[in-house]
Amino acid sequence: MTPRWRNKETIAAWLFILPSLIGFLIFTAGPVVAAGVISLLNWNLFSSPTFAGLRNFARLGPDPTFWSALGNTAYFTFLSVPLTMLVSLALALLLNQGLRRIAVFRSLLLLPYATITVAVAFVWIWLYIPHGGLVNTVLGWFGVAGPAWLISDHWAMPALIAMSVWKSFGFGMVVFLAGLQAIPQQLYEAARVDGSSAWQSFRNVTVPMLSPALFFVIVTSIIGSFQVFDQALIMTNGGPGSRTTTLVMYIYRTGFENYDQGYAAAQSLVLFGFIVVITAAQFVLQRRLVHYDN
Amino acid sequence: MTTEALPLLKNPVATRRLVVFACFLVTAMTLVPVVMMVLVAFQSDAESMAAQPSFWPSSWHPENLQRAFELVPLGHYLLNTIIFAAGTTLLETVTAALAAYAFARLNFPGRGWLFGIYLATLMIPSQVTLIPQFILVAKLQGIDTWPGMILPHAFTAIGVFLLRQFFLGIPRDYEEAARLDGANRWQAFIRVIVPLAVPAIATLAVFKFIGQWNNLLWPLVISNSDSTRTAAVGLQVFQDINGTQWNLLLMAATITTVPLIVLFFLTQRWFIKGITMSGLGGR
Repeated sequence: MTPRWRNKETIAAWLFILPSLIGFLIFTAGPVVAAGVISLLNWNLFSSPTFAGLRNFARLGPDPTFWSALGNTAYFTFLSVPLTMLVSLALALLLNQGLRRIAVFRSLLLLPYATITVAVAFVWIWLYIPHGGLVNTVLGWFGVAGPAWLISDHWAMPALIAMSVWKSFGFGMVVFLAGLQAIPQQLYEAARVDGSSAWQSFRNVTVPMLSPALFFVIVTSIIGSFQVFDQALIMTNGGPGSRTTTLVMYIYRTGFENYDQGYAAAQSLVLFGFIVVITAAQFVLQRRLVHYDN
Repeated sequence: MTTEALPLLKNPVATRRLVVFACFLVTAMTLVPVVMMVLVAFQSDAESMAAQPSFWPSSWHPENLQRAFELVPLGHYLLNTIIFAAGTTLLETVTAALAAYAFARLNFPGRGWLFGIYLATLMIPSQVTLIPQFILVAKLQGIDTWPGMILPHAFTAIGVFLLRQFFLGIPRDYEEAARLDGANRWQAFIRVIVPLAVPAIATLAVFKFIGQWNNLLWPLVISNSDSTRTAAVGLQVFQDINGTQWNLLLMAATITTVPLIVLFFLTQRWFIKGITMSGLGGR
């Protein structure tokens, strides 16, 4: 290869990259760096910024709303992620029982995933109407007196979690279904020859073979759950009190209702920090728990 | 290949019936909220606001469709949603495909670290860039304008990353044959790579489009009038104006959801491929 030809290749490469790179530097990479800078400033957009050092981060410590938002987000995540996984896996296993019209059921079950969160959040408010709403009517058939879901201190968050599981289980289901269909039939036959029960086959063949898909869905679901916003804004607006105020909702309020941009930026970096730590922990666990063939 | 992952009963016929029944049952339960949304949308005002909610409409009111459009400019909001979603999708797929080709196929100094910068932003949640992007757009007088709405969401790293992975899987021979026939890099990209990458590009486009149709936070902070307000934000306004007049509220929700559901059924081949591709990427 002559240097001249190489040169032409370099010019071509930059011409291909530039449209993306310019936009990326201005609108994605630049703002990431700027978030770090803004978190060190006192800034409310209307006055000129002053340097605050680490004071925005120090403010988080004694801020009760921040801690309750963090607690609410953790509560949401640690309940909604396992539930979503369970529903996704159960439905993937069900659809994988050799059914003929599997694609039709798969599409219909994926439908909630392809709806607008804001729009379906309204339906769920309606489903949760305390007196005579659909959810409480059904509970009534079983002799259970349902609570006033969305205005109850105890039940508002579980109500949001149920809606979120419904909205998102389709994603995991499709991933798991593809994973199940990729498991070689011979492995099950070998297990049967060895005298495995159905449960043992599930435990010793399905789970390890599916573990990369399980891992992927857990990681993406936790990241997604930490960013929950839309349904909490529409269905409870963070209430009652601040029982369902999530981290992202608090960032939104701090930045766009109190115009405390520096503090909001600091909060967003802390959110990012949590996501990094949790994801890193999962990748460490992955080495022990996830089975990769090849 | 279909495998019986977890045989339920000894008797295969009984198992089969049980499985079919369970499939119908869970599918029906899953669809209840969507079906209820449409049913309540056609109820009369009195019925939908009665102290005791009713499930099946006792009379049908198709005029609710028109009334929902009259209460707020829903048609305009839908058009705005299409401009917003299509604008970001088009810009992102085109620029990402170009850049991904260079990262996958061309040698140039700095390729490694430049791609590294793209990768480094992959995991950063959009809330981190929300405040700086808002300030940037505000300083550039871009609040409530289309460039302000679209540009900050059209250059994410995920598109470049996904398409580069796909391009790497295309055999080099195809392109080299075209190069020997005298095609330059650009022609090789347009005539060889792009046609082969249609499924990957379509998958990226469908995901981006549906994601942006759903985007609430960004339009919520950037659009402050009807000129750029999207349907997701418009629904929130609708709730403020309308209170809980359920039939019209859920009619508005139906109107904004139906186009997305239609799009989903039309593009589900790519949609499902996109989900499984991302899911099995970890293997």
